[in-house]
This record gives sequence, structure tokens and C-alpha cells, in this order.
Amino acid sequence: MIRALLATRALARREIVRFLRERNRVFGALVQPVLFWGFFGAGLKASFRPPAGSLGMSYAEYFFPGTVVLILLFTAIFSTISLIEDRREGFLQGLLVAPIPRSSLVLGKILGGTLLALAQGLLVLLCGPLIGVALSPSILLRAVPLMFVIAFGLTALSFSIAWRMDSTQGFHAIMTVFLMPLWLLSGAFFPATGAPLWLRTLIACNPLTYGMAAFRHALYPPAGPGLSALPPAGPSVAVTLLFAAATFALAILLARRPAKGGAA
Amino acid sequence: MSTPQVVEVEGLSHAYGSRQALRGIDFGVARGEIFGILGPNGGGKTTLFRVLATLVRPTGGRARVLGHDVVEEPGLVREAIGVVFQSPALDRKLTVRENLVTQGQVYGMRGAALRDAVDEMLRRVRLADRAGDRVESLSGGLMRRAEIAKGLLHRPQVLLLDEPSTGLDPGARQDLWEHLRGLQSREGVTVLITTHLMEEAERCDRLAILSEGSLVACGRPRDLKDEIGGDVIVVAAPDAAALKGEFERIAGGTAMVLDGTLRLERPRGHELVPKIMAALGDRIDSVTLGKPTLLDVFVRRTGHRFWGEGAE
Repeated sequence: MIRALLATRALARREIVRFLRERNRVFGALVQPVLFWGFFGAGLKASFRPPAGSLGMSYAEYFFPGTVVLILLFTAIFSTISLIEDRREGFLQGLLVAPIPRSSLVLGKILGGTLLALAQGLLVLLCGPLIGVALSPSILLRAVPLMFVIAFGLTALSFSIAWRMDSTQGFHAIMTVFLMPLWLLSGAFFPATGAPLWLRTLIACNPLTYGMAAFRHALYPPAGPGLSALPPAGPSVAVTLLFAAATFALAILLARRPAKGGAA
Repeated sequence: MSTPQVVEVEGLSHAYGSRQALRGIDFGVARGEIFGILGPNGGGKTTLFRVLATLVRPTGGRARVLGHDVVEEPGLVREAIGVVFQSPALDRKLTVRENLVTQGQVYGMRGAALRDAVDEMLRRVRLADRAGDRVESLSGGLMRRAEIAKGLLHRPQVLLLDEPSTGLDPGARQDLWEHLRGLQSREGVTVLITTHLMEEAERCDRLAILSEGSLVACGRPRDLKDEIGGDVIVVAAPDAAALKGEFERIAGGTAMVLDGTLRLERPRGHELVPKIMAALGDRIDSVTLGKPTLLDVFVRRTGHRFWGEGAE
């Protein structure tokens, strides 16, 4: 058991060292969402008309938590792209013949990605007060663990997608048609209220909607602006935890399946 | 009592879809042996290697390492083996030392014991001065040495090496073999090594020759060559096939036509050379006389050319 944890820690640490050595990754995962926030925040300021029951905030403020979650998503994606590289470069096969449970391999990789995502998300979150999102120790105490769980679920999800792949091109395609829409339709970018029924249905079925809602609940006091239109806090947190557990279980399941044929 | 078999392979076969990569292979490896798996590329040796390394689940037969089945008890097999891959399993963004430390931690080593093991291994493969360099900055040969250090770090009882000489210059190849011999004599490590190089196969204690997924020969290199006996006469000619009958009459025996040459094994071949020259001299390019090599063993057992030969 201790041995499995030691292996997990070693792999998580490797993930972090590796990420920090590739500056363009840091740049891509952190700067792009912030640019998005700046452009959309400024560009949509005039046209953003929150539906009935005003949100009581600017679009920039509305979009801010969404930006933090986008950073979590991007970092998760980047760190699992490194899984494909591990497979291609051969590093992964060295781990596959090591006497460690597959779960500790999976956990090491996902935990490394999660911690990176959390660190970057936190960096941006701490800028919140500059645009009117007040932060306090008690808010951080609620928000940070939640960010951890959201990041963990997203990293485990993209790990599961990337596990069988041996080219990053394929992963980029899935990122564009699946992972980005997951974020777009989570209430991160626009509220569900006022959207047509089919879109509201999609949003309600999206697990990330609940992560996003739980995160907004964590950032504001109970009767905060716009919160009443969101799914309630308790169930949102529950769905988010469940999502992380389910994607983690899926990742382990996939990694345990013995290789058939030429794969592995 | 017979020597305990460290590796036992029985009726092992594997198919990738409809392509049969291994066709029912049997052999055993004794403790402390350096056992070679020789064959042309595509002959099935990498598949065999991957089965023994627990990376591929065979579609038929069984393989055991130290008595543990590779399919049923992969964990126990993994404990026992050290693996050196053909394409190094290194993280190119990390330094050589970081790679070894990560490897050690994955194998449950830590603290001073890990540090000492890493230092010793770096010294042994003569990479101590490059320990702080990122793997991506190393040449192919140095990268392979780092990979070997990685495979040996946890002191495995059985070492599997897939074409370890790829990209090594002759000096480094020599070092590798000295190292393997040292492991064998000092620590009783059993070594399985795949190769397509005859000269490397010659150095193994015993050898299995694989061709198109089948085991065509297995034994000590010397015994395999002695089976052929006598000398090997090779006649190269513009139209070798047309000379076959005449050549066989002169030399006595059945010749094999292969890539524009005729080959034949006979005792006292030197006595035949003048006769061949006298009868066929104007129609042939050359006559070569030599002791049988592993290449001749391969040709004799399979009836076809060893595809890796041209590469050397």
C-alpha cells in the first residue's frame, strides 16, 4: 500500500516537473482563458442582457468563474495529452511492466494534472477581488476543495479519452467537439435561463453544469446574485463528487483492461 | 535434479487479428543463463519479448517466469523482471537522474538506498557526468545506456532486453556485454536478449532461432553450428539456378539456391574448390569456403535468407 502511494507520488511529481519545463503549456493553459475573459468580458458587456430577474452583475463578473473552470479544463487536457506522448515515446510501457497497481499509475497521472490545474485556477481566482468578486478565507475554504474535485473529474475524463490513443491529433478533435462544448454548455459562458428548451435540456444533462453551479454557490453568500436560477448547492456538490468518482473509476477500468493485439 | 527453469514457454502462440506472430513455441531458460532469441525482424521475437514482459496476453499456450504465469500472475512476474526496451522508456523532459529516481520510487525504493543505487548505476553505465542533463539532449547510445541503467536499478532476477545493441557503437556494445556477464557471474541474473545480429547471438550461452513465428532451432551456438558439420561452400553466379545440377554432381549433395548463390555443406570443402573452379570457373563470379555460421544454421533450418543480414 505504502509502495503504491510512493509510486503515485513519484508519478504525480514527474507530471508537475514536466509541465513546468514546457513553458508553452503553462502559457496555453493559463493565458488563453484569461484572454477569453478579457475579450468576451469587454466585447459582450453591452449586449449581455440577463433575462428576467437580473443577475445583478456585469458580464465580466459572470464569466469570471467560468474562466477559472476553463483553466481547470485546459490544464486537464494538456496534462492528458502528455499521456499520449508517454505512450508514443515509450515511457508508458516502462510503467506498464512495473509491479504497481494500475490504479496507482492512473492516480499519479490524474493527481499530477489536478494539482497543476488547481494551482493555475487558484492563481486566477485570487485576482477576483480586482473585478469585484470578493474573496474571504471562508469562501476560499469552500471554493478551493471544490475546484480540486472539478479538476480531478475533468482530468480523469480526459485521461479516459486519451488512454487508448496514440496520436494527439485524434485527441484535439475530441477536445473540440466534446470537451469544449462540455464547458460551453455548463453555464460558464452564458446562463441557462432564457435559452431554448433543447439547449436547456443539454445544459441540465451536462455534469459540468453542476460543478459550475457548485462553484458559483461557493463564491457568493447564500442569496447571492443569480444563484436562485442555478441548481441548488447541495445536489450540485453531490453531482460533482459523483462525476469525479465515476470518471476516476472509468479511467482505472480502462487502464486495467489487458492489451489485446498490437496495442499497449 | 535438473536446474530450475527460470523461464518456461509452452506451446506459446499469438495472433494479431489474422496475422500469426507466434506459432506454438516451446523452450526453457535455466537460472543464470544468457539466452538469446535470434531472428529476422518480423520473425516474432518482439512479440515473444512483450509476452514475457506481461505487455501482451498470448492467444495460446503459456509462459512462466520464476514459476509465475505471465497472464495469471503478472504482478509477481513484474516484480522479478527488469525490462530494457528497444525504444527507451525514458521521460525525455527529465534528467537522467530524475528518470532513475522516478523509476526507483515506482519500484518501492527510497531515501539513501535509492540515492546510492542511482549513483552506483550511473557509474556502472558511465553516465555519472551526464546525470544532470535532460534525456532529450543525449545521443542515441547514451540514451540506451540510461535505459539499461533504468532496467537494472531494482536488481531484477531476470533481465529482458529487446535489441539492446540498437544504436550502440562497437565499444558500447562491448561494455554492455561485459556488464551482462558481470551480472550473470556476480548475481546469478538470468538474461533474455532478442537480437537480429549474428555476432551478438554467438555470445549467448544458448539460443533460440525464430523465423516466421516458429522456433527453428534451439541450443548452444556451437552445437547448432556443429550439427551442420564440415564446410560451407557458396558459389555466386549470374545464373546460379542453371548451374545447380552440375554443381551438385561435382560436390555431391543437395545445394540450395539463394539470392543468386548456390550453397552446400560438405566435409573437406577445400578439396572441392579446385574441382568447382575447373568445371564452372568461366560461369561463376566467386567460390567461398567457410566454417558454418549461425547464418548457415538459419538458412539450413528455414531454407531462406535471413532478412536482417543485408542491414549489417
